[in-house]
Amino acid sequence: MGYTLNFNLIWRHFDKLWGGLLLSLELAVISIAIGIVIGLLLAVWYVSAGRVVRSIIAAYVEFIRNVPLILLVYLVFYGLPTVVDIAYSAQTSFIATLSLYSGAYLVEVFRSGLEAVPRGQIDAGKAIGLTPWQRLLHVRLPTMLRITLPALSNTFLSLFKDTSVASVISVPELTYGAQWINFNTFRIVEVYLVVTAMYLFTGYALLYALRLVERRFRAAH
Amino acid sequence: MLGQIAYALPFLAQGFAVTLWVSLLVVVLSLVAGVMMGVGLVYGPAPLRWAVRIFSDTIRGIPILVLIFFVYYGLPAVGIHLESFWAAVLALTLFKTAQVIEYLRGAVGSIPKGQSEAAMAIGLTFRQRLAYVIFPQAFRRFLPPWINGVTDAVKGSALVSLLGITDLMHAINQVIGRTYEAMPLYILGAVIYFAVNYALSLASRRLERRFSFIRE
Repeated sequence: MGYTLNFNLIWRHFDKLWGGLLLSLELAVISIAIGIVIGLLLAVWYVSAGRVVRSIIAAYVEFIRNVPLILLVYLVFYGLPTVVDIAYSAQTSFIATLSLYSGAYLVEVFRSGLEAVPRGQIDAGKAIGLTPWQRLLHVRLPTMLRITLPALSNTFLSLFKDTSVASVISVPELTYGAQWINFNTFRIVEVYLVVTAMYLFTGYALLYALRLVERRFRAAH
Repeated sequence: MLGQIAYALPFLAQGFAVTLWVSLLVVVLSLVAGVMMGVGLVYGPAPLRWAVRIFSDTIRGIPILVLIFFVYYGLPAVGIHLESFWAAVLALTLFKTAQVIEYLRGAVGSIPKGQSEAAMAIGLTFRQRLAYVIFPQAFRRFLPPWINGVTDAVKGSALVSLLGITDLMHAINQVIGRTYEAMPLYILGAVIYFAVNYALSLASRRLERRFSFIRE
């Protein structure tokens, strides 16, 4: 028995997929932006902090990295409002989750980046009389960002894929769009073929663009 | 509240067993498939190399969730009927295989070319070169990231709950559906996943340190 491909119904509902793709990108961009702030603050704090603060930050990082994202999504959306008096939409809840999630990965990225800044640069900063704050702002952070740029783009790409988990709390991103079309038209193979192509094309286009940016800012050794 | 959760513990333990079973199957199957395809990627003829490259880049370019739905809903349409359990295992194995391919490529690629050439010079066949020269050295590079990557299989296995398979994640959601104790149960689930994965990543770190005496 053959299965005849019929893409007509997919094109008729393509707005669901296109809108979903844009929302996926939006979720990834907002989450990584917040994640970068979390990651930077905690990484800078970590390298200058005492043992207690270090353990707390490490606990946050290890906790997030070792728990499935889907569980964190459920925990923040269904669990948290039962104990704290807050209400938020599924989308806000997912952005909060993915930001905390990316933040944990980025603390590690930035921390190892800060440690990779050559000692000589920091000494040179001292020698020309920069204060510790100036050394951080003008010497350590810019060099660290150059070093971590590839890891940063990889994190962004995997966040883009991770946005598919938002479908489990009915955020209408790309995977949710695929499921909607799947359940309403039963053009299963077609919709997943199209959605796979959309994820692949967007992902690799982003990868290419980010590699260009990396080349522009490559750390000189 | 605690009574209800204690009452649910055997059910959660069953779910946890399914989580471990899925993870174990995925890890073993993907190791076999990934090492074979990885060898194909490094040493195979051009068409095989391209095929493996396209496979790996495609799988790694799409979300695991999409892969799971694609396999689960898509296969029956082309006449292949798998139980949801095996569809989930297949999808996760595909995802993990792509990772193993890249670990293997990285590990084998880190062995200096001279090793292969020297092995060739003393007349070893291709299989002997792999078995006695390349793999023993590449193994140390392969093992730590691979063990660390097992956590991805365990975390990814939580997605099979969406196909109605009663793994730990699904068991937790079912207990919440009956007891309405969302927060304690999600935290309990997080602690269980954390314990398994953290142990794996500690093991990976220890191995990495143990192998770090090897000079490049």
